[in-house]
Amino acid sequence: MNNIMIDTGNYIAAKAAVMAQPEVVAAYPITPQTTLVEGIANYHETGEFKGEYICVESEHSAMAACIGASATGVRTFTGTSSHGLLLMHEMLHWAALARLPVIMCNINRVVGPGWNIWADENDSISQRDTGWIQFYCSSNQEIFDTIIQSFKLGEDKKVSLPVMINYNAFILSHTSMPVYIPNQKEVDDFLPKRKPVWNLDVNNPITFGNMILPPEYERVRKEMQDSQENAKKLIKDISKEWKNKFGRYHGDLLEYYKCEDSDYILLSMGAIGAESKVAINNLRKKGIKIGLARVRTFRPFPKEEILKISKNSDLIIIDRNISIGMEGALFSEVKASLFGKSDSKVYGFIAGLGGKDVTFQDIEKMCEKVINGKANNMEWYGIEGV
Amino acid sequence: MAIKEIPTEECYMPGSAACPGCPATMALRIVFKAIGKKMMMIVPACCTAVIESMHPNTSFNIPTMNIAFEAAAAGASGVEAGLRKQGKDDITVVAWAGDGGTYDIGIQALSGALERNTNFIYICYNNQIYSNTGIQRSGATPYAAWTTTTVGGKTEYRKEMGEIIQAHHIPYAAQACISYPEDLYKKIRKAKQMKGPKYIEIMAPCPPGWRFGMERTVEMGTLSVETGAWALYEFENDEIKFNGISKLLLEEKIKPKPIEDWIKLQGRFRHLFIPKKDVKKLQEIQDHTNQIWERYRKCYL
Amino acid sequence: MKKYKVKTTISYPKKGATGKTGNWRVFRPILDKEKCVKCLRCWIFCPEATVIRNKDNSIDIDYDYCKGCGICANVCKIKAITMKRESMDK
Repeated sequence: MNNIMIDTGNYIAAKAAVMAQPEVVAAYPITPQTTLVEGIANYHETGEFKGEYICVESEHSAMAACIGASATGVRTFTGTSSHGLLLMHEMLHWAALARLPVIMCNINRVVGPGWNIWADENDSISQRDTGWIQFYCSSNQEIFDTIIQSFKLGEDKKVSLPVMINYNAFILSHTSMPVYIPNQKEVDDFLPKRKPVWNLDVNNPITFGNMILPPEYERVRKEMQDSQENAKKLIKDISKEWKNKFGRYHGDLLEYYKCEDSDYILLSMGAIGAESKVAINNLRKKGIKIGLARVRTFRPFPKEEILKISKNSDLIIIDRNISIGMEGALFSEVKASLFGKSDSKVYGFIAGLGGKDVTFQDIEKMCEKVINGKANNMEWYGIEGV
Repeated sequence: MAIKEIPTEECYMPGSAACPGCPATMALRIVFKAIGKKMMMIVPACCTAVIESMHPNTSFNIPTMNIAFEAAAAGASGVEAGLRKQGKDDITVVAWAGDGGTYDIGIQALSGALERNTNFIYICYNNQIYSNTGIQRSGATPYAAWTTTTVGGKTEYRKEMGEIIQAHHIPYAAQACISYPEDLYKKIRKAKQMKGPKYIEIMAPCPPGWRFGMERTVEMGTLSVETGAWALYEFENDEIKFNGISKLLLEEKIKPKPIEDWIKLQGRFRHLFIPKKDVKKLQEIQDHTNQIWERYRKCYL
Repeated sequence: MKKYKVKTTISYPKKGATGKTGNWRVFRPILDKEKCVKCLRCWIFCPEATVIRNKDNSIDIDYDYCKGCGICANVCKIKAITMKRESMDK
């Protein structure tokens, strides 16, 4: 039986993390992630969370402790945001290169200075090369479902990589929504106990992470890349399995919305992805053949799927991030996916940085600017007067 | 205890990448003997990360995990929690770090792990420099010592890490030296029996770093204790007990050797003797050492 | 030893993990077994674990890996170990 829980993204994430039954959670508070770790601390107090909750003294130590615990073979979880994620950066590489499936929520928040706690995806986008799988969620239900799925995905021996579940500050982290919560047995049936691909063991005294020569190191990197490729198929399988079991489906690498006959396809992520559906409905009412491909996984990047949808449609990209000196990260990745294989036109917008609201009206305006042939290759929405 | 009571079993395997005369491997052998095979070691960036040897081989016959420079204590907290949750509480978790990873970049994670009451032994082998990166100054480098980043000699005194540790009021802390293996062995055995965070710091004279001949490592450690440049003590239940020669020095039952006896054998202090003996600076170092011991007497006698 | 299939930096214990480090040696420790009083100082202070302690506490030296640092000779209080230059033609 499904129960409905009406709560904020962070409390829903705490619930999901606890239902996955990690043995160790190590976390450090940062706005707007705080209610997530407070939620876990509460479950720890009530006994619903039976694992160890290590209250570390920094995010760097949070990830180091998760790595240490994960290396003993147990399941680990943590959560952070913005500057916390940036402080972890070194250890993000460490976890991925060690092939330890630490599962982490990152609440996308602006990077300072100046201090600003609203939604912006530059924090996680700047971690894209760490080897972590990255999901971007657009509803609290998706947060819950993706967390449970991520444990299964990351811990699979064909993947063995850490997974970051991203969702926007406040828009999701602090907004209550009704969420279907499966019972513990259903979660346990879906998510078996972790079987580590290696672990610290007194009966098998290996040394992990000592000096390594270039050719061997390159092989380690190659296998990480292969594992990200494996993850593409596995994400699809796991999403299907989830759909069959629980009747819910948020897409896999992409979520397609009214794409079939589209002249234009909008690509966006996170909360803007949810808002985009309203914009698509309104534009369709005006007779415009437009659909949405919401990007759920930024890593692995769904390049084959994007190439496919570009065959009959021009693409409009909205980035809530900017790779300074170039352009929006999603915009770059989409163009790279199409390079030499598609004649589709691609338009990029930067929107919603610093937590600026991006409403469906805004999204409609961006799309209409493209459709009316007035859009430049890359635009700053709201600054240059779209 | 006598040397022959120390077990013969070796978890350090000959033919590692350590420099000849290395104090770290000397100390590691004692640590492995004192704890036995039921241990796991977390090693941040430090000489030991090199000493382990190159992938796919290792010179250590106990499970060892390398971790980032500042993260040894935090990594150990995770390992300890992971083991405990699996009911493997009989395994001793050891963080093994140099003075750079302890005094400087790793002090935050160390302080955090001590405050959180992590059940582990944190061992700092203190060679008073960043040896692994090629002899740069650390918070443990003594006054006037040459390093590649204190070319004219260090202008500051070293930190008293032992007293920073004491402020955490952990169950057990100790200072030891590679030249006194029985004392070191006993201290590690004691730490192994106790629950909660334990901290042991080992004076580890580094031949290339201090610029002395590789056959003199033990001698250099002994002199550090006999001159009072280093003190052997245990900190238990908020009480300090000095050991061995350090106890005799504290109680003034013997006189310390002049600090010059220790530093004149080290090339890193050569600028104090060549071209002309820097009497003023040598006196300054001696006075500072005396002051430290006066303070020890006030606090701990 | 169980070998893990995953490709990451996992290493397995091996004597001579850095090769036959005896080749590093310039001076060779020579033990006079007649003089030795089995105090074991050379054994406990050897940084390379190449001073082998036998059951009767007598000592042998593992020249395959001994790096020739000379600590054993230096800590021997009765000078039962001497350092001899390795011959060039070896």
